[in-house]
Amino acid sequence: MSTLTFPSPLPSPSEDCEQLHKAFEGWGTNEGLIISVLAHRPAAHRREIRRAYAEIYGEDLLKPLDKELTRDFERAVLLWVLDAAERDAVLANEVVRKWSPGNRVLIEIAVVRKTEELLAAKRAYQVRFKRCLEEDVAAHTRDEYRKLLVPLVSTYRYEGAEVDKSLSKSEAKILHQKIKDNDYSHEDVIRILTTRSKAQLLATFNDYHNEFGNPINKDLKADPKNEFLSAMRAIIRCIICPEKYLEKVIRLAISKTGTDEGALSRIITTRAEVDMKQIKDLYYKRNSVALDSAVKKDTSGDFEDFLLALIGHEGA
Amino acid sequence: MAEEHEALTSAFSGLGVDESSLLTVITKWRKQPEKRRGFRSSSPFFKPHGSFERCEDDFVRSLKVEFARFKNVTVLWAMHPWERDARWIHHVLHKAHPFNIIVEIACTRSSDELLGARKAYHALFHHSIEEDVAYRVKENYCSLLVGLVSAYRYEGSRVDEDIAKSEAKALGHAIKNAGTKDPVENYEVIRILTTRSKTHLKETFRHYSGIYGQSIEQDFADESCLGETVRCLGSSASYFSKVIDKAFGEEADKNAKDALTRVVVSRSDVDMEEIKAVYEKQYKAKLEDKIVKNTRGNYRDALLSLVGM
Repeated sequence: MSTLTFPSPLPSPSEDCEQLHKAFEGWGTNEGLIISVLAHRPAAHRREIRRAYAEIYGEDLLKPLDKELTRDFERAVLLWVLDAAERDAVLANEVVRKWSPGNRVLIEIAVVRKTEELLAAKRAYQVRFKRCLEEDVAAHTRDEYRKLLVPLVSTYRYEGAEVDKSLSKSEAKILHQKIKDNDYSHEDVIRILTTRSKAQLLATFNDYHNEFGNPINKDLKADPKNEFLSAMRAIIRCIICPEKYLEKVIRLAISKTGTDEGALSRIITTRAEVDMKQIKDLYYKRNSVALDSAVKKDTSGDFEDFLLALIGHEGA
Repeated sequence: MAEEHEALTSAFSGLGVDESSLLTVITKWRKQPEKRRGFRSSSPFFKPHGSFERCEDDFVRSLKVEFARFKNVTVLWAMHPWERDARWIHHVLHKAHPFNIIVEIACTRSSDELLGARKAYHALFHHSIEEDVAYRVKENYCSLLVGLVSAYRYEGSRVDEDIAKSEAKALGHAIKNAGTKDPVENYEVIRILTTRSKTHLKETFRHYSGIYGQSIEQDFADESCLGETVRCLGSSASYFSKVIDKAFGEEADKNAKDALTRVVVSRSDVDMEEIKAVYEKQYKAKLEDKIVKNTRGNYRDALLSLVGM
């Protein structure tokens, strides 16, 4: 569920544009005003604001934002103003260009998003970068990671709830056998993880657990240093419970010495209107402290105010 | 009477059935069972069986197929292109028909047409195309096929010349080393052919000819999966005209004959003019003339209309 709060009724897009323009004018920037507008408008309305701003003031809203804001606050706001599909495309492109085996953002985008959301992201990627996402992922990844990631981003998963029980049993067996043989990048493993529908995979993971005693991720912890296994575990967690996976990403982003502002911005801007409420609840359950408090403690200034507004902090 | 025998034999030879000739003879021979008996005695479709001429089972079977050709054209013509493509692919996967139909669809449709087929496949069969291909294809070209059906290629004109050159070399390298590793299992080959845009690939193939002196289609002159892929991506009109011509051949089997309907119906609105031009150049005959010669009846008329006669 969304954690966004906004006034009802909403001001018109042109009124909001006027406010934003005022915030940019003169010496310094009125960041508080920017936050009070942008952080409290739903996606469709933000799209209208962007369109109206270009019409009235003759330039894309992103331009003055880029000029007036700085650092983490700027990045978070720019991500927020983009459409969900464009946002995913930009994030994917950043990651692909400096990809390393430890990076999980591609997995997050490819698996957490619904089928049509991933498709929209791929379309936006083509429009913006004049190449398709698959060709960039293929060109920048190697070996078993390429074998895994290219099908993962190319797939157009069926979204229905049908489950073939005999298939889930047999594929659980295949997965178990390949894991036992340490043949983690075997084509059957990749085929199953990257083409089956999520409903089918959930059934497969359940059968795995029932038949072989351990949840599949436990059996994939054999070598803690193996990045490929870690990638596979991430895929499986994103399928089983994306909110839990995202909670962990936030938790690690905050708890490390030094905060991973990039991860915080990414998760909060991409999930604020989707399932941030569930993520917050899970965060509290797991850490015994509200996400709001953790964000307050670990970030500061306008960046902090912006994030708090997006996660629905009272009075933000 | 010889005239009618000839008309009947001709009505049943070739693709489709000449319905109007049949009707003429049926009308002419009303109340004349001896004429029909005469036909049965002299026709290869009937064999003497004691006191009567028995109808050959093969004849009945082939009649069923030939009469159905016009029905198939009609149904396919009316269907949404996405549903057509989804059903063809499903048919290939579940009835073990030749893989080249999957290559054809994956490589000759536009990005959005292929995506549409994938959507239709979801709706009709409750699985994704890639999951069924990955699961059911056991041959070594499985990875290539999965990549081809999963592609959502960029459709713009932007090409990176350096990349095109280096990828042409990579393809050449894989082909030269075919002895050590089958190029269809080579990950670089698969990457290049299944992710690059079609414009980019045409440029890459152009560089290939420049570097190696032969076109990449010539280096894959056989009918392997890789060969078909490269032909469909390099010059689809040439590929289609070859498929059409095979349907007219003496040794054409069921799949080759069915391909005529598939190609004409699926390309009629797209690039039929180009195919006709390439066909004439390649086979020194007009496609319309070949159709008139080798097909019959309503089926023939339907094909001629779709081909734009």
